[in-house]
Amino acid sequence: MKMTLSHFEAAILFAFLTSIVLGIVTKKTDRERIRYAVYCFLCFVGALFGIGWLMYLGHR
Amino acid sequence: MPANPAKEKESIPPLKLWAHVVALAWFIPGGGHFLLKRPIRGALLTACVLVMFVLGLMMRGALFQPQTGDLLTTVIYVGGFIGNLASGIFYFLTVWLGYNQPDVAGHVHDYGTKFLVGAGLLNILAMVDAYEIAVGKKD
Repeated sequence: MKMTLSHFEAAILFAFLTSIVLGIVTKKTDRERIRYAVYCFLCFVGALFGIGWLMYLGHR
Repeated sequence: MPANPAKEKESIPPLKLWAHVVALAWFIPGGGHFLLKRPIRGALLTACVLVMFVLGLMMRGALFQPQTGDLLTTVIYVGGFIGNLASGIFYFLTVWLGYNQPDVAGHVHDYGTKFLVGAGLLNILAMVDAYEIAVGKKD
């Protein structure tokens, strides 16, 4: 079985899983962990779109 | 007068406090947390490492073999191998079951390779967390 994902789907999956682990290992309470995981995920997604646009504009 | 920096330097906690926890955390991702009676965190870490590793396999990512040569080759291949090895039992099972994907061009394979290394890196974070809990630096 082979999985074929787009760049976007693979990067989102990576961001999701990594954010959960970063939330668990860096904060002390559950509330802080959830907030930090969401924050990390949003940062990943922001970087994904930002770098995506930079590459798009850089290749025009 | 500034304090003596040698006195401020932290000593390494006794090995018997944390060695078995870190070893288990490496071999079974999340296992260290289970041993330390943090089952929910342990289960989440196990799930994240496992899902990332399995996604890497399903994308037909390549496993690194340690190679030396110029600096960049050494960093990539030895670093990649350490990243793969850090997944513990998932890596060993994969190798023992005969997974042998050559490194081929294509973004899906490339992401797969990164997911396989990423799973190991996530487990290294989990091992550090287990160590800190074991020595009492963290709850």
